[in-house]
Amino acid sequence: MLDMTVTGNTALGSSYGLLKLVPTDGSKLPPIKAGQFVQVEVADSKTTYLRRPISVNFVDDKSNSLWLLVRKAGDGTRNLTAAVVGQVINVILPLGRGFGTDVKATDRLLLVGGGVGVAPLLYLGHVLRQAGCEPEFLLGARSANDLLMLDEFERIGRVYCSTEDGTAGEKGLITGNSAFDGHYDRIYCCGPMPMMKAVAAVAKEKKTDCEVSLENRMACGLGACLCCVEKKADGHNVCVCTDGPVFNTKELPW
Amino acid sequence: MVNLSVELGDLKLKNPVLTASGTFGYGEEYADFVDLNRLGGFIVKGTTLEPREGNDYPRMAETPSGMLNAVGLQNKGVDYFIEHIYPRIRRYDSEIIVNVSGKCIKDYVAVCEKLSELDKINAVEINISCPNVKQGGMAYGTTCDGAAEVTSAVRKAWARHMIVKLSPNVTSIADIARAVEDAGADSVSLINTLLGMAVDVERRRPYLSTVTGGLSGAAVRPIAVRMVWQVAKAVSIPVIGLGGIMNGRDALEFIMAGARAIEVGTANFIDPSVTMKIIDEITEYCERQGVKDINELTGII
Repeated sequence: MLDMTVTGNTALGSSYGLLKLVPTDGSKLPPIKAGQFVQVEVADSKTTYLRRPISVNFVDDKSNSLWLLVRKAGDGTRNLTAAVVGQVINVILPLGRGFGTDVKATDRLLLVGGGVGVAPLLYLGHVLRQAGCEPEFLLGARSANDLLMLDEFERIGRVYCSTEDGTAGEKGLITGNSAFDGHYDRIYCCGPMPMMKAVAAVAKEKKTDCEVSLENRMACGLGACLCCVEKKADGHNVCVCTDGPVFNTKELPW
Repeated sequence: MVNLSVELGDLKLKNPVLTASGTFGYGEEYADFVDLNRLGGFIVKGTTLEPREGNDYPRMAETPSGMLNAVGLQNKGVDYFIEHIYPRIRRYDSEIIVNVSGKCIKDYVAVCEKLSELDKINAVEINISCPNVKQGGMAYGTTCDGAAEVTSAVRKAWARHMIVKLSPNVTSIADIARAVEDAGADSVSLINTLLGMAVDVERRRPYLSTVTGGLSGAAVRPIAVRMVWQVAKAVSIPVIGLGGIMNGRDALEFIMAGARAIEVGTANFIDPSVTMKIIDEITEYCERQGVKDINELTGII
């Protein structure tokens, strides 16, 4: 648990905010794996009682800062995106099981994100790049305006896009993108559930290893409340917060 | 030096702060945030005879100053607890209390018989008040006869301290408390969650897979304090108070209303180290008010 000071808050369109936070006490951030998440306290709110689980968007070693890409989904996240520079926010971190980054430099890796699901892929791309790979991104959104942090992604690797209205990249659903014509050794995916299931189906057909980052309603984030369960392929419920949020699709009954 | 130690009959606690079942896992989940040895005790997840998968997702909905849950007693069963979890947590120098649930009376008895083999478990909390299971659970806790029946059956199988956890979803909780006292309970804990419901109007669906669920959190506290006060006046066995305790001041409300000890539940989800703060805040209060022994405050209202 760490008090963190807001050093930056940038609105991305009308629905998203990018928060940058540094430890208030000046300590170094603990090691954080790509795909892990944090539990953010929403203080002094009339409507929000529980913390909000937010995936780690990026860890900037140089400035010792944690980036959180927040979608205004309800009162709690709206409150977070209204944070002002200098404000202190309590954060529990890092939580959960991140993406597998046991890769060879020659591996071809496709990182597929939809909507705010692109968030964890930025840091994942960075980590894979540092491991010597050349990760490629496939980002999807409703419209060009909803494609988030495009410049940041392009700095790390090649970016393919799909938009439903065709205002950027290829028109149509993400699974129809020509990026899928290529061969990949692993696909990483984060986005809305129907999109992840569709991407997982494509990966399965191509016999490509596939990891997905799930999102669901959590209370504690520590594996205690047993609210955020997902049924695994063996029929047993596991906690997304501690057994995930990242799962290999082989573990799931998809 | 303030004395925080309390006695629940034969069960001695180093301080009155316990953690509520289902909100603290098996303690280990909180080891990074809490010195488990500092707690009066921790009450582990509801344990049943057979493993249970619990209810379907979604199981949780946030509500004003609270939350609804419909976990449905997901646990790996008492045998798994005895074999895999107990050996890891027995080393802690706090009371480990097992919350016991069942779908029939035989189940409660069988679980307690198995737990009798464990030397470190000095107490069980009999859950006759879970609102999220179809059979057993709250069905026993909402009538005096049902509550007494479970209590007296367990009494025959369990010689150590028996806490009976009461449901607030009744007309007179004091009547239920008297019934379990007469049937042999050593103490009562209250309140379990209040039966509630929330609707997602955009999707025109209930938020929970089970439609209804158990309400907990700060929202329920005034009800819980009232019920503790009523029960403490009605029975002579010790009362353990819980329901929406977020800080030391809240804990003291329950103690003054008649609780010998308290349980912290939903607050653990928001601040995993909250129990340590509550112990500190109770201590500070006593020092500031010149209270030498926490027991001086019990039931002063």
